[in-house]
Parts: sequence; C-alpha cells; structure tokens
Amino acid sequence: MAMTDAHPTGIWSWLTTVDHKRIAIMYFVVGFAFLLVAGFEGQLIRLQLAAPGRDFLDPDLYNQLFTMHGTTMVFFAGMPLVVAFFNFVVPLQIGARDVAFPRLNAFSFWVFLFGGLFLYASIPLRAMPDGGWFAYMPLTNPEYSPGPGIDFYVLSLLISGVGSIAGGLNFLVTILNMRAPGMTFMRMPLFTWMALIVSALILLAFPPFTVGLIFMLFDRSFGTHFFDAAAGADPVLWQHLFWVFGHPEVYILILPAFGIVSDVIPTYSRKILFGYPVVVFSGVLIAFLGFGVWVHHMFSVGLGPVVNAVFGGATMLIAIPTGIKIFNWIATMWGGRLRFRTAMLYAAGLVATFTIGGLSGVMHSSPPADLQQTDTYFVVAHFHYVLIGGTVFGLFCGFYYWFPKATGRMLHEGLGKAHFWLTFLALNVTFFPMHFSGLLGMPRRTYTYAEGLGLDVFNLISTIGAFIFTLSFVPLVWNLWRTWRRGEAAGHNPWDASTLEWTTASPPPHYNFAEIPTVDRRDPLWHPYIEPESRRAGDEPGGAVPRRQPDEPPEPVIMPNPSYWPLVLAVGMLLMTIGALGSLGLTLFGLFVTAVGLFAWAFEPPFGEEAH
Amino acid sequence: MSRHSAESHPSTRLYVAIAVILAALTALEVMVFYIEALAPVLIPILLVMMAAKFALVAMFFMHLKSDGPVLTAIFAWGVFIATAIVVGLMAIFGKFGA
Amino acid sequence: MEGPTSTGIPNRKLAMWTFIGSECMLFGTLIATYMIYRGRNLVPPYPHDLLNIPFITVTTFVLLMSSLMMVLALAAVQRNDLRATKLWLGLTALFGLIFLGGQYYEFSHFVHEGLPLSRNLFSSTFFVLTGTHGAHVAGGVIWLSTLLVRTVNGKLDARHAETVEIAGLYWHFVDVVWIILFTLIYLLV
Ligand code: HEM
Ligand SMILES: [Cu+2]
Repeated sequence: MAMTDAHPTGIWSWLTTVDHKRIAIMYFVVGFAFLLVAGFEGQLIRLQLAAPGRDFLDPDLYNQLFTMHGTTMVFFAGMPLVVAFFNFVVPLQIGARDVAFPRLNAFSFWVFLFGGLFLYASIPLRAMPDGGWFAYMPLTNPEYSPGPGIDFYVLSLLISGVGSIAGGLNFLVTILNMRAPGMTFMRMPLFTWMALIVSALILLAFPPFTVGLIFMLFDRSFGTHFFDAAAGADPVLWQHLFWVFGHPEVYILILPAFGIVSDVIPTYSRKILFGYPVVVFSGVLIAFLGFGVWVHHMFSVGLGPVVNAVFGGATMLIAIPTGIKIFNWIATMWGGRLRFRTAMLYAAGLVATFTIGGLSGVMHSSPPADLQQTDTYFVVAHFHYVLIGGTVFGLFCGFYYWFPKATGRMLHEGLGKAHFWLTFLALNVTFFPMHFSGLLGMPRRTYTYAEGLGLDVFNLISTIGAFIFTLSFVPLVWNLWRTWRRGEAAGHNPWDASTLEWTTASPPPHYNFAEIPTVDRRDPLWHPYIEPESRRAGDEPGGAVPRRQPDEPPEPVIMPNPSYWPLVLAVGMLLMTIGALGSLGLTLFGLFVTAVGLFAWAFEPPFGEEAH
Repeated sequence: MSRHSAESHPSTRLYVAIAVILAALTALEVMVFYIEALAPVLIPILLVMMAAKFALVAMFFMHLKSDGPVLTAIFAWGVFIATAIVVGLMAIFGKFGA
Repeated sequence: MEGPTSTGIPNRKLAMWTFIGSECMLFGTLIATYMIYRGRNLVPPYPHDLLNIPFITVTTFVLLMSSLMMVLALAAVQRNDLRATKLWLGLTALFGLIFLGGQYYEFSHFVHEGLPLSRNLFSSTFFVLTGTHGAHVAGGVIWLSTLLVRTVNGKLDARHAETVEIAGLYWHFVDVVWIILFTLIYLLV
C-alpha cells in the first residue's frame, strides 16, 4: 500500500488490517470488554458472599462463575491487554514501521478473539466450565466432569494459546531484529525490554500448557490415561504441567506492567531511571528463576520436605530481583521533580500495592506457612494485590500515558485522578480484609460460609469494595466520552518524555516514522541532538523539543499489504475447534479451510509496491 | 553452474562425512544395546551417543557452528530450559532412585 | 523488501530458530511425561512386548539420511544447481514419506497386537509422543513438496535459498527430536 494513500476506514479495512496500531486497538477493545465481563462475574461472586448462608447463586453456578472469572481475567483480559501495549508501543519505541510479521500479528489477534468467543459460547449452551482456572485433575476427568463444560475450557485455551505463541514469536523477532540504527540492547526503553523477556516467557511457558491441555483433551475424548490413577498414571502430573506454565504466566502478566512503570516514573520525575542495567537484569533474572518455582503452588500436595524446601527457597530468591526493582523506582522518584499526573499516580500506586502483594507472596513461599494459607482467602488477597495492584494498575498507567499518543487527544486529569483514587480504594477495601478472612480459615472456591465464624464483617467489607470497583468505571467512561467529544489535541510529546514514540505525530501516521530515526544514546529525547543526520540542521536545540515530522516522507516507504488470509486461517482453526466438540465433519472442513488459508497466505505477496 | 558437480563442492564432502558418522553412531547404539556385558553402563553410553548425534546435526546440518552466537543462544536456551524441566520433573517423580 | 536487520539474521530465519526453541519445550514436556510414566504401566501389553528395534533402526536410518539429502538440497540451491535441488528435495521428502510409512506400519501393527490408543498408559504416552513427532514429519513432507513443485515450475532458484534453508532447519530439528526419541523410547526400553 502506498503510504501517500489515505488510510482506509470501514469494517473491511479492520478485518484485513495488518497495521500494528490498529491491531493494538482491537486487542485493547476486546480485552477491555472481557475485563468488564469478568469483573461482572466477580461482582456476582461477591454478592453471593456478602453475608453468610446466602442463596443468591446456587453452588453449581458459583463454581462456573469463579472458573469463568479467573480464566477470562488471565487469558482473555490480562494477556490481550498486555499484548495491546506490545503492539502499540514496541514498534514505535524501537523506531520500526511495523512488527516483523504483520499478517501473523493479525492472525494472533483473530485466534485470541475466537478463543474468547468460543469460551463464552458455553454460556448460551449452558455448559460453562466449573473446574477452576487451573482445572485440576481428576476433578476434570470425564468421570467427574461429564458434559462439555471442561471441553470449552480446554479447546478455548488451546486455540488462543496458538495465538499467544505466534505473538511471542513475532515480538521476539521484532525486538531483536527491527531496532532503529544505533538502538543497542542497552539503549532500549524498559517497556521494550520487558516485552522481549515476556515474549521469551510465552514461547517457553505455553508449550507445556498446550501439551497438558492435549493430554486432558485426549483423556476426555479418546479414552487415554494420562491422568488416570487406575492405569498407573498420576493426576498430579496435570498440576505440574499447569504450574510449569502457570508461574511463568504470572510473570507474563506482571513484567509488562513493570516495564510500563519503568518508563513512566522517569518521565514524571524528570530523572533518568535509577540503575537502568540493574532493572533490566533483574527482569531477566525474574524470568529465568520463574521456571524454577512452580511447586510453590503445590506445597500441600505432599511432595516431600526436600522438594518443598528447594522450591520454597527458589521462591524466596525470586523476591530479591523483584524487590530490587521497587527500590530502583523509589530511587528514581527520590529527589526528582515529581508531577503527579494520572499515569504517575498509577505508577506510584503500583509501587505501593504491588509491594503488599509481594510481601504476602514471600509469606507463602515458606511451605509450613503456606500450609496454613493455601486455598484460603489469604491467597486470594495475595494474587489480587499483585494482579490488580500490579498488572491492572500498570496497564491503566500505560493507558493514561500513551492514550494521547494513540488518539491525539488529551484525557481529562481530574476525571483520571478520580478514576485512580476509586480503583485504589476499591482494591484495598475489597482485598485487604481477605487477608484476615483467609487467616481465619475461610476456604476459597466455596460458595458460602457459616455464621459466627468471625467472617461476616470482612466479607461484607469486601463486597462493598467490589461495588466501588464498579463505580470506578464511571469516571473512566465519562472521561473517554468527554475526550471523544472535545479532548484537547495532544501534540507530539505532551509529557516531555524521552523515548522514540514521542518523536512522531499523535496519532502516528500508519508508517510511524517518515524517516527511521538514528539513536545514539538511551533516553534520546532528553538530550539535544539525536537522529537523522540529514535533518539536524533545521532543528532547534533543547532536550525535549518535539521534532517536526514532515507530512511527506523524504524516502520511499513500503508498507505491508492488508490481507484477509489471517482471518481465514483463524476461522479454519475455529471451525476445527468447534468440530472437536463432537463433529468430525466440521473438524475436517475446518482443517480444509486452515490449509487453504495457509497456502494462500504463503503465496500472497506480503509487501506492496513502493510509494511514489 | 553445473560445472560444479555435487561431489566436488567442498561442503558436500563434509556433509557426507557427518552423515557417515551419524549412521555409524546409530549402528553403534544398536550394537551396544545388544551387548549384555555393557548393560550396567548402557544408559550413560547411550545418552552420550545421543548427545553427540544431536550436536552434530545442530552444528553442521543446521549450521549453528558457522551461523554465530545469537541463534545458538536461542536454541541453547530452549534446550536448556526444556532439559531442566524434564530432569526436574523426573526427579520429583522419583525417577532417579531414592 | 526486508532491509537489513539489527542482528544481521533474516527475520524468517530468526523466527524459525525461535520457533524451534519453543518446540523444545513442547517435545520436552511430552518426553518428560513419557519418562515419568515409564515402567508404571499396569495393563498389558508392555513396551518390551511390542517395540521392534531392528525395524525402527531402519526407519531411523532413513530419517537420518533424509537430513543429509536436505543439506545437499540447500547446497544445490545456493549454487543455483536446480537439477540437483529437485533431486535432493524430492529424495528428502521421499525419505520422510518412507519414515511415515514405517510409522504407519508400526502403529497398525501395535493396534493389531492389542494396543489401541486407549488401551493403557503405555499406549497413551507412546502414541501421543511419537504421533506428535510424526505429525511434524508430515508437515515437513508437505512443506518440502511445495518447494519441490515450485522448483519444478521454475519459481524457486538461488534467490530463494533462504526459504529452503528455513525449511531445512525445521526438517533437521524434527530429525534431532527423533534422535532423542529413538534412544529414550526404543533403546532404553
Ligand atoms: C514476590 C513475588 C511473589 C511470590 C514470592 C509469590 C508467591 C506465591 C505463592 C507461594 C503462591 C501459592 C500460594 C498457594 O496457593 O498456597 C502464589 C499464588 C499466586 N500468585 Fe504469587 N507470588 C509472587 C508474585 C506474584 C505475581 C507478580 C503474580 C501475578 C501478577 C502472582 C500471582 C499469583 C497467583 C495468580 C496465585 C494463585 C494461583 C491460584 O492458586 O489460583 N504472584 N504466589
Ligand atoms: Cu507462582
């Protein structure tokens, strides 16, 4: 597509788009929709638990709701929102025009979307999975979970997992290979660094899960015995396979948030990041150690003192690089000229609340302590502090930070701050009391509790907190609506930030950079004079003066063609997935569509002619 | 181009040599398997030969030896984590005695 | 249109290696499962009742040699010797097919001997592990065949050597996996 063409709009252009910024928007919108749905499910759970002995939800529905809530939040809200930021930010931060494989990128999105829709098709079919987000065997074997519920879980995660692996591959290659001239590894912005690490984590962590899901599928559909104790197998193997994946998965969710915060805090502190190499390497270390701690989710299985001690020790070790990052952020803020814009509030909020979650994590990294805490609301408190106080705060931080870049409009600060304080309040009101209800012994995943156990007050407070969460969306939606109607224009670099994405227009043209910048240091925009030699002459000096982007690029730009084959391929895989519920014919037809899609894709020219 | 026959190309000889070694190692593996006297050390012998074949294919047929460190690092990383997980799981399941 | 990359490695080649790194975990998990369940089978038949080492040695040898054919195909296309390219590509795919035929024979023989997929723990782990590998071989055969067809049609020459190289990387990896499976499943029976 010639870059001089106006960027087309309309449904078809979205269905065939391979532009990383549009794919980012689609990921964001769909991920956010799933966040709302799963939040609603959580709200229903809290209503049931508001008081002892309620029968607002029956036990079966309760099981289905917490399963859908957890599965959706992790796989269809958390992951896509993270990937939305990868998509939007990474190519801009490294000075690239798109990702390495634009069509593969579109494919990743479509299979993720179809995976999510497939999971939710279980609701109208009244077959919601109910085995928890980790679907432990033998509860999920065909004997104890007859009916298609668990199959929806297995198949939706299998298909969306393909998209995740493809995405990991794409971003790994993009970051390794598509950096602007001069952008060495140690000049990369922290968010890009974390995206690189997370891509590697996805590539290594998803295959074990995929294999486990295939085993489960085969046990359920073809009568194999992978988790069948009567045949000599061990159902605990499923737990291992799940957590070999599951622990790296929590880092897949948190490291991008760490990356966002590491870019945002320096911006609003007017100071470069304290200890850049240390922050980078502690990220690498977290990812590496993350493969050696999975048994901390299984202390109560009884694997023996040696195994528990080894994995407990490794878990405690991993808290060290995590703590290091926290000190680096604090040291960056220390003595800086702080500006508490909304994004900065979220960043600072993350530092505070994530720390609380990290501390409870260290508490249950000790096996004897964990035996008291596991499967209670204490663990629920832990992972919501890290997932909301860490991941979600990080994502909102990034949202307020990059929104002007993505849309060209400024959000309203007052409404943004109201949003922050409401979520901050909601998080603490909902989940802090769970530390107490958990230590008092309230088990998770149980649909009610008896009166007189000292749990009533804590649960009531938690439910009130959940309502505050719902309320917190009001200023957000209002803000979006207001900005849509009359948001001020953003300009290239509204925050005076230091990285390459702020050199181009807001929103960026679809080719991102008219001329690929050259980088000769970290934080390029905070130093006078970087990038294109050729244009240096006309530019004013000054560290953070936004560079003017000429409307017409001085060199020919070749952009990837739009393509519908990624969508066709994804549809083929969806048909195979649906067929796997029991229709061989549909599976074969899906296979055929997949094959057609693959071949057509392979032989379609990926790039258009040169622009004139 | 056809003046270079397949045989005269320098790398061809190397490739054939590697293939001969691979075939010989495979034959050796099977022989070792049938020799009763070697039974006590069968496992280490077989694992060493397996690793040797693995390395030969990766280094020469997949050109890691000449293709530089980035690709080797990526592959080694995957092989390392995968091996660690296999060994770790086998240890947890008591496959190494005790 | 791909310009120079930051690492100097072409994008697709880097992607294939990254994919191979990821596949290590896939096969690693399958192998771990097989090894953990080794010797835990409770229902006959057992591995040593069925595994036929001489037979599988032959197909193993065929797959190993297909890797030689593959590097020769790459060398040929790099020097634009298209006749040799066609020959070696065709032989690689053919050897792959022979291997698959051997696997088909082995599987049907096992089923015939009373070991369908759902029979016991051995059948579950064995068929899924070797079947996953076989599916990879099949995918490779299809891929190589399309390259062969393109060469025959004059659409593939030295300018596309990278494509052949990448297919080759995949093929060798599948071979490497078999080197491991051959030892772990058959020789350490
Ligand atoms: C300082 C770092 C951390 C440590 C030491 C730690 C430790 C632990 C331990 C030992 C458990 C198991 C508790 C049990 O089930 O008995 C656990 C559960 C969990 N952690 Fe963490 N954690 C840390 C950080 C994180 C982060 C960053 C996330 C995600 C963003 C996270 C998410 C979770 C989740 C989701 C669970 C519960 C899984 C479930 O049972 O459903 N943790 N953590
Ligand atoms: Cu964990």
